[in-house]
Amino acid sequence: MSILGTRVLRTEDPRFLTSGGVYTEDVTDGRLAGACHVFFVRSPIAHARIARIDLSAALAAPGVVAAFTGADLADLPRIEPMMAGFLNENMRRHLLATDVARFVGDAVAVVVTEQAYQGEDAIELVDVDYDPLPAVIDLDEALSNQVVLFDEAGTNVVVEFGNASTLRPDLFADCEVVVEHTISNQRVAPAPMEGRAAAAVWGEDGRLTTWIPNQGAQGARDGMAKMLGIEASQVRVITPDVGGAFGAKFGADPEHAVVAWVARQLGRPARWTETRFENLISMTHGRAQRHKITIGGGRDGDVRAYRLEITQDAGAYPRIGAVLPFLTIMMASGPYSIPQAEAIGVSVVTNTTPVGAYRGAGRPEATAALERAFDLFAAEIGADPAEVRRRNLLPPFTEPHQTAFGALYDSGDYVVALDKALAAAGYGELRADQAARRARGDTVQLGIGVSCYVEITGGGDEAGAPQENATVEVHPDGSATILTGTSPHGQGHSTAWAMIASEELGIPVDRFTVKWGDTDLIPEGGGTGGSRSLQQGGAAVQQASRELIELARQRAAAALEASPDDLRFDQASSSFAVAGDPEASVPLTQLAQDEPLLVQAVFTAPGATFPFGTHVAVAEVDTETGRAVLRRVVTVDDAGVVLNPLLAEGQRHGGIAQGAAQALLEEVVYDTEGNPLTASFADYPIVSATELPSFELADSQTPTSYNSLGAKGVGEAGTIGATPAVQNAIVDAVAHLGVRHVEMPATPMRIWRAIQEAQSQESQSQAARAESA
Amino acid sequence: MMRVEITVNGQPRSDDVEPRLLLVHYLREVCGLRAANVGCDTTSCGACTVLLNGESVKSCTVLTVQASGQDVVTAEGLAPPGELHPMQQAFRAEHGLQCGFCTPGMVLAAVSLLAENPKPTEQQVREGLEGNLCRCTGYHNIVRAVLAAAGQAEVTA
Amino acid sequence: MIPAPFDYVAAESAGHALELLASHGDDAKVLAGGHSLLPMMKLRLAAPQLLIDISGVTELAGVTVDGDELVIGATTRHADLAGSELVRTEAPLLAHAASLVGDPQIRHRGTIGGSLAHADPAADLPMALVALGGSVELRGPAGTRLVAADDFFTGFFETSLEPGELLTAVRVPRRQGVPWGYQKFVRRANDWAIVGVAAIAGRIALANMGPTPIRASAAEQALAGGASAAQAAELAAVGTSPGEDIHADRGYREHLARVLTRRALEHQA
Repeated sequence: MSILGTRVLRTEDPRFLTSGGVYTEDVTDGRLAGACHVFFVRSPIAHARIARIDLSAALAAPGVVAAFTGADLADLPRIEPMMAGFLNENMRRHLLATDVARFVGDAVAVVVTEQAYQGEDAIELVDVDYDPLPAVIDLDEALSNQVVLFDEAGTNVVVEFGNASTLRPDLFADCEVVVEHTISNQRVAPAPMEGRAAAAVWGEDGRLTTWIPNQGAQGARDGMAKMLGIEASQVRVITPDVGGAFGAKFGADPEHAVVAWVARQLGRPARWTETRFENLISMTHGRAQRHKITIGGGRDGDVRAYRLEITQDAGAYPRIGAVLPFLTIMMASGPYSIPQAEAIGVSVVTNTTPVGAYRGAGRPEATAALERAFDLFAAEIGADPAEVRRRNLLPPFTEPHQTAFGALYDSGDYVVALDKALAAAGYGELRADQAARRARGDTVQLGIGVSCYVEITGGGDEAGAPQENATVEVHPDGSATILTGTSPHGQGHSTAWAMIASEELGIPVDRFTVKWGDTDLIPEGGGTGGSRSLQQGGAAVQQASRELIELARQRAAAALEASPDDLRFDQASSSFAVAGDPEASVPLTQLAQDEPLLVQAVFTAPGATFPFGTHVAVAEVDTETGRAVLRRVVTVDDAGVVLNPLLAEGQRHGGIAQGAAQALLEEVVYDTEGNPLTASFADYPIVSATELPSFELADSQTPTSYNSLGAKGVGEAGTIGATPAVQNAIVDAVAHLGVRHVEMPATPMRIWRAIQEAQSQESQSQAARAESA
Repeated sequence: MMRVEITVNGQPRSDDVEPRLLLVHYLREVCGLRAANVGCDTTSCGACTVLLNGESVKSCTVLTVQASGQDVVTAEGLAPPGELHPMQQAFRAEHGLQCGFCTPGMVLAAVSLLAENPKPTEQQVREGLEGNLCRCTGYHNIVRAVLAAAGQAEVTA
Repeated sequence: MIPAPFDYVAAESAGHALELLASHGDDAKVLAGGHSLLPMMKLRLAAPQLLIDISGVTELAGVTVDGDELVIGATTRHADLAGSELVRTEAPLLAHAASLVGDPQIRHRGTIGGSLAHADPAADLPMALVALGGSVELRGPAGTRLVAADDFFTGFFETSLEPGELLTAVRVPRRQGVPWGYQKFVRRANDWAIVGVAAIAGRIALANMGPTPIRASAAEQALAGGASAAQAAELAAVGTSPGEDIHADRGYREHLARVLTRRALEHQA
């Protein structure tokens, strides 16, 4: 009986449920004894010259050990944007803002105290003189370059992906119907429940050991080394339990490097834990794209052309957010066959929090734009949104399909996903319910939203082809250890990788120890993000396990004095036996007795994989108040073969919740001066259990040939599919009142206003018709 | 400094604390019980939830001095060492935790919920957990876990 | 995230609390459940030097009947108010309002005295008290005075509590069986009301339509004059001065006040 595909409970859980996870703030290590506590002073102004910083009052406060400003760190290299050259490299950042603060939250000084409680008292005493500069918040203002954030760059443009001159003016020439709209994929906060933190200590050997919550210790190590101007070999990153990340804990942030610098400067360990306020204003934000969408086709429902023009808000210092339009463009045409499609993008800096990756990272934006465009088109021609999609979906393919945007979809059957989701939702009954409510003029109307998506997971990066390493070792006592280059933060890799290895080795799941996140133990690794882990990291575990069996086979042959070809490995008993002679057998673990039995393998994937699916959302809207309630979310998320349905469902649930939250609730809001208005969990409406229904997940598994697990990535599907489905459902609920679009998040006020405007336009048209009659 | 006498997980303790020491920090730093976490600044997230005299409270908004003479139970004390309380067992069985940061608070809030309403509906469970935020699970399996612990009919998956 | 340093004393009686208030003046604040005060102190929006904890003062606890009124001790917690058979029978609007404050953990700590003294115009209990036409007992060095709910809330987070006075009890009329309506408009369950309406016995109170909970007087007068609920509700926003924030602008709040007032009048328990 194969364990693969079964609902194995997590081996991680007992610890988390009783003593709790050990997150960075919880780490008690002898090396951190006597640690001092680091607190950041952050700019309260979005754009300002830093005229003067007076630390004297703070230095005199109880328990203050030291205080530093950017001037003290002047000999450290400035941080260049990633992919410098591709991104405008003249937008450099100091570890502590020096001369200019560029967003509310930009750290300008640190205060170090003996005890944690003394820090907040002390930072209040730091006196900073700011000379305000005009704050650039609006995207068009940023593009105009009237006020430039970086004199060195001379422009606010970080990077362009094509430009307007590459667009074909006749793209929509053969379209009977053309619809154009400018919509927002609004800025959101990743807001993992655990914020950022660090603990750092330098050894006698001059090496840094630092504990950081992260999504890949190796990348964090390299980032730390770069910021501190030292060799990567001088840095050891240890990853404690991580309380969620969602893309915002990749690499290392300037704060992590400052904490390490402080530790070196003071010759003692240093620790830092950010507050939720700091997290909401200085952890990278997500999304923040503006989309001009144009879609055209025939009245028969054929979509003939589509154009997407992206303006990406990169925030004050370019990070991976500036690059994400690349992925948005790659996925611009989604699962559809659109004869003419083009997409361009530009990323600009603004005086706001830097934008990074957030669950989906560029692909939710593509799907949201396309799915909104499809509904706008369907509304224009008076067709059913599901039927318009069905008509235009790519037909099923088993050979990889290349799109006009350069994506090579490995396998997919998009129409089946649509049909499955519609059937599971009871689409016909829902439309009947909707019609009945409309006929009665009910106050509470029903809306059904559909989204079809395909997304890219497990791609390579600028370092090369997608790959991951794993080391599997069997011990004489019957236990086993796996070292992985992935970096779970809730995904359950301890259980999942143990399942894969257990299947190969016949050792029970609970006898495995899975390790990650210590760069001295595992110097290479790609971390966890982009939904890569199972298809690369899991595949590596499987490969290493299979190679281990082959290594063991040689030893077994020697032990049994038989030819390796005559040996059979029996998974159930975890032993080798001579074919036809069960008495002549040797257990696997015995073969580890004389010398270690371990294999390190590197799995290289042929390329990225393309999971796909359809989400159907059902929402009710109170047409008197505008308040929307999400009633149902039905999904098909086909990510290939499912290793552990429990874990896969959990990933889907979490993604759906965040996706729905973006459509319904969440938005980072700045005023025109760049002051954040949603800098606490009282103001930033992170979704709670009361706003969500239980979800309905349908099963669909179209294998990929790219790895022997048949697996693609599922972690981000939820955000990609759910956001547009929920937004479309809300618009659909009030479409009969003339509403064509409601911006995200669909707040009650926005929905109500949309109804008012549509009704007033309708009255005006009626009046005009009456007059002319 | 003030003297407080608090029973923590059944063990009476006597400590000297600053009046402003929040109960969550007393539990974490003085008692060494770090399952309760601080997740926000505005009494919103519930990651710090513990039981005070059997009722769920957000320990970030209780002063240690306010808890003197009273009874605190944390996740570590819900069950004897090496065992799982039925609620903890249900969370495991239903995959109601992923990164685990919200989990101790969520479990204790759920225990308190069932103490006051032993057979809640799904809606009542969701409302009963309105003070506990989770970013990983989408709440679906958390709700299943609480309903399972209450012996209720299962939610459709 | 954590308060500035302060001293703490547990009052042994109401009189003891009053003595401490008298001697410390503005430097001291009263602490009961702490779920209005401590969040402000943690954000450093308030930094009293002394906290006087009255949660252990027995004379300030409990719910009793006094003629045609319920008398509710200031330290009565929201959870106890919501669960009290007496309150659910005699003043169900109040029990309902208490059941909606925050979340279960907050309701296990927050008190009616604290909530009323905090005087958040968007909160449930101030609005409920105004709708009910209740009153508060304020005890000071000179004795105890009674202030009607209509007079108690004087401004944005301001009440008629004088320095050195303690809110000791809350009085509400007993109205067993009298229909009441309550509408709390929120985006998330444990948010403060974007707009709230409480209605009973011809009185209509609004939350978050101005710096204090406010009576929808024009609507009340219309009702008294025989108007229907729908007609009266059209006047709900008259005389209000709603603020603007990320949730709602003025026009939308006024619209909600009208819709929710109609619903509070039409859907009564």
